[in-house]
Amino acid sequence: MKSESEFVGNVSIVGHGFEYAGRVSNEIKKILLEQGIPEGIVRRVAVVIFEVEVNIISYAETGFIRYQVLPDSIIIEAKDKGQGIADIELAQQEGYSTADDKIREMGFGAGMGLANIKKFSDVFEINSEVGKGTYVKSIINIDKKRS
Amino acid sequence: MNLDFIVEKMELKCKCCWENLRREVSGGYVGDLLSDVIANSNSGDIWVTRQVHQNIVAVATLKEHAGIIIIQGAQPDKDTIEKAAKEGMPIMVSSLPAFEVVGKIYHLMHYT
Repeated sequence: MKSESEFVGNVSIVGHGFEYAGRVSNEIKKILLEQGIPEGIVRRVAVVIFEVEVNIISYAETGFIRYQVLPDSIIIEAKDKGQGIADIELAQQEGYSTADDKIREMGFGAGMGLANIKKFSDVFEINSEVGKGTYVKSIINIDKKRS
Repeated sequence: MNLDFIVEKMELKCKCCWENLRREVSGGYVGDLLSDVIANSNSGDIWVTRQVHQNIVAVATLKEHAGIIIIQGAQPDKDTIEKAAKEGMPIMVSSLPAFEVVGKIYHLMHYT
């Protein structure tokens, strides 16, 4: 079923560019604030986008992030072409990481990325195929009373 | 408490964004693991870290921190300062280790 969205955006990301970490989340954050989305919701969306952005930069060749603003929720989807994740259950455990030294030198790779996405999402889905890539979906509800 | 009060009392060396030192500091966080800082710090925090690369600016901007204090006299990378200047994120350097930096700031915030 196709739902009618208020606002949709797509951003492409090229892997291995640590100097750009945060660029996408920062831009989308500004756009959402301009759209009048409550600050608390925007902060959660920004964290989810930042973490998927860092994952694409760290582990994939290319990827894209799509965000969709609906009246009651924001849907974030990230899809990449890359090495994929062999054990998704394990990868979601805080502290488990396959990061190399370069990623760790940049302050990432502590094994908290997926756990953070889950923590800041209301709904979280992940699919991955080794050697092909990973798909992450996060839904954040816009609860005007809570935010 | 404003950031400039902390900078003055702690004799911090400010590396950029002097124009933003009037910012209000509402709390603080210490950490070198960026995802830990992302998960647990709050907006308005002063962030104390030993990391010097430009991703600290990305994280501090994401979390809307008041500023970043780099400990042990470590110097931020050139591109870290450039990125911080662009984002308006103050970076300060202290010659002290994290334990002492945090202890002093905590005292300033709660007992002065």
